[in-house]
Amino acid sequence: MAVGLTLIFGVMRVVNFAHGDMMVWGMYLAWLLATRAGVDPYLGFVACAAVLFALGVLVQRMLVDRIVDAPHEMQILLMLGVALVLENAALVAFGPDPQRVRSPLRAATIWIGPVFVDVARLVTFALAMALTLVLYLFLQRTDLGRTMRAAADNAYGALVVGADVRRLYAVAFGIGAACVGAAGALVSPILPFQPAGGLSLSVASFNIVIIGGMGSLPGAFLGGLLVSLAESLGAVFLSPSMKELVSFSLLIVILLFRPAGLFGRPAT
Amino acid sequence: MRWLVAAAALGVLLVLPAVLNSYAVTVFIFIFFYAFLGQAWNIVGGYAGQLSAGHAAFVGIGAYTSALLSVQAGLTPWIGMLVGGLLSAVLGTVVGYLGFRFGLRGFYFVLLTVAFAEVCRIVALNTDAVGGALGYYITFTGDPRQFQFQDNRVYYYVALGLMLLATGIVAAIERRRFGAYLVAIRQDEGACEALGVNTFRYKMLAMVVSSFLTGMGGTFYAFYLFSLQPNAVFGIPLSVEIVIRPIVGGAGTVLGPILGSFILSPLAEASRVYFGQGGWSGAHLIAYGLLLIAVVLFLPQGAYPALRRLWARPTAR
Amino acid sequence: MAPLLEVTGISKRFGGLQAVRDLSFSMARDEMLGLIGPNGAGKTTAFNLLSGFLTPDAGDVRLDGRSIVGLKPHAICRLGLCRTFQIVRPFPQLSVLDNVRIGALARRPQMPDARERARAVTEQVGLGAKADQAAGGLTLADRKRLELARALATEPRLLLLDEVMAGLNPSEIEAIVGLVQRVNATGVAILLIEHNMRAVMTLSHRIVVLSFGEKIVEGEPVAVANHPRVVEAYLGEEYVHAPAR
Repeated sequence: MAVGLTLIFGVMRVVNFAHGDMMVWGMYLAWLLATRAGVDPYLGFVACAAVLFALGVLVQRMLVDRIVDAPHEMQILLMLGVALVLENAALVAFGPDPQRVRSPLRAATIWIGPVFVDVARLVTFALAMALTLVLYLFLQRTDLGRTMRAAADNAYGALVVGADVRRLYAVAFGIGAACVGAAGALVSPILPFQPAGGLSLSVASFNIVIIGGMGSLPGAFLGGLLVSLAESLGAVFLSPSMKELVSFSLLIVILLFRPAGLFGRPAT
Repeated sequence: MRWLVAAAALGVLLVLPAVLNSYAVTVFIFIFFYAFLGQAWNIVGGYAGQLSAGHAAFVGIGAYTSALLSVQAGLTPWIGMLVGGLLSAVLGTVVGYLGFRFGLRGFYFVLLTVAFAEVCRIVALNTDAVGGALGYYITFTGDPRQFQFQDNRVYYYVALGLMLLATGIVAAIERRRFGAYLVAIRQDEGACEALGVNTFRYKMLAMVVSSFLTGMGGTFYAFYLFSLQPNAVFGIPLSVEIVIRPIVGGAGTVLGPILGSFILSPLAEASRVYFGQGGWSGAHLIAYGLLLIAVVLFLPQGAYPALRRLWARPTAR
Repeated sequence: MAPLLEVTGISKRFGGLQAVRDLSFSMARDEMLGLIGPNGAGKTTAFNLLSGFLTPDAGDVRLDGRSIVGLKPHAICRLGLCRTFQIVRPFPQLSVLDNVRIGALARRPQMPDARERARAVTEQVGLGAKADQAAGGLTLADRKRLELARALATEPRLLLLDEVMAGLNPSEIEAIVGLVQRVNATGVAILLIEHNMRAVMTLSHRIVVLSFGEKIVEGEPVAVANHPRVVEAYLGEEYVHAPAR
């Protein structure tokens, strides 16, 4: 989830405010697949990723592309608009009530050493790790991946050496969206989701990415682990409804003291 | 020439309640009220270019403050309005100070404001003293000293008055050095610093004025709707309502928020009417989102500057 | 007469790089001082240190006897030291006149007053005809003039010009040189960073040469031009003993 956001920012320097809402759509797609087609989300996430990839490319091509050079305020407003549309389209399509996806794996639990673990969470975790690894390898080993990293470092230079930067941007955005679509699907059996949840997911993503550093993939990964840890601890020591308070307070503190994060590059 | 048009428009607005039914009057009340909030936002968001997506926090603080003071302490909201504004300005100072001292620009500043607004919302939700999740209610007495009026039309004039107040303030700012500096700060802070502009001071000033006015609006909100729900009064949807009018109408212009409100409130009302039944209650927000996208892509400066260009003869400023 | 500007031993380090090391020089009231040196010598860093955009790690900067180290740029501007930027930064959506007015407002808080001063300065730099044009649409040469005008409008005692001639063609350069001379003649001290040697030699009363963050030579233009260390810094050792043309 965070990895996707950081990819989009790193390559394009555009902040995707609609990130959380895209994830919600990923969740709903998984739900649709599960309820209408009987596909388990742990398999269906691929389809969710694919659909969201297409959505990402579409959004990028039609909208974001036009304002890549515009002042930041415009980019922010644009993505805010997209977020609004996505969130409320979900509201209209699926209704406001929380949903959950049933997976046959949900009920199973196993013992790992001294700890009682939910199989569903384990599979989610494993798949998420695997996907992150795949993405990492993609960026490091493949030509397309390397070109993307080059464009992230220096868009003009990449243009000069012949990279089709616009296509790169579309792909990067698409991959970012795909990540989040997959994430949504993978998480759908575990967490209840509703259209209004888009914002808190966006905030969580931003938290993670800002801690780990905007534009840094290892940062996003580490950031994800750190933030989840913090939130879990928060939920244990404070009442659950204050959990959100923790993440917002965390965001404020991070913004003030370390906006570049642990590994990141500062935003222009 | 422009003064004539403005005076005529004002005249029409003053007379309108005599011929409109109560529903239409209500629509206009919301047009004026949101234009007022948008205009207050305009100072820091439009002129100074510091996008705040958390202005609902100030509305909420103003609302709860005046409501509590009225119900618990019997303080008339006419004074409570100023207290609410003051407390909002305090929060505004804090947010502004943190944001500007720590050099948060653009997207980071937006996040900061959202975070603060959400924190307010969550705190209000969890504080039973102010009603918690059930909300805070004010009993309707219709007593003008309590900022309550039997007749919808009085609210109309109060809202109109607020809108004119905010617009007057913005117009005054624009004519002065303060306004010129804000506009320059929006475009290039570094260059401003080099030219002797204390950017921190002016951004803070903008934030304080903006949050104070917005807080005052909270009182109107409280004593027009009589119920305060944390999710509604501190929530992102309200911040969106505040922000979208100046953006669509023209951020950084005097008439932008007003024009934006005249465009958006009827739009919202219409979509609520047509789609409101059958659970499509979020539909007007979809329209907002699409409109926002359209404005950014095609009319980045907003509707008012575009209109002005259409009718313009080149005028020296 | 006390110097207008006294720089004493300022230094600045960025991580592993010592950008400016122990730099000292002074300037008199109406002087035009040229600051030259190869790329990366620390000239713009020095400007940033003097104008408050960076704080020196060590050393002192005194404007008219008053230390300005640690002051923010806007405060330093108010005290009479104003700088321009190497990559010009006009306010793109404002007209030329409004751009200059921002500078004028520093000393003249009343808008009509500032406007008057802005108009005068705009004429002075030769942009009078384009006063109502949006700054974003100007040619480079005009943007340089605008940058100069804006700074001038703040009524500085000392003007820091950062490569004001970069990117201009010879006739534009000649025009700017004339303009800078006229400005200096009105009593404004000028410290200029410049790569165009001819311009620097023509304009400067004195020259300070930086290399790798240190001052290597200081003196009158002709003396500096022929100084072996300067030749070495710019062209490398082999040229120090090259036969004269």
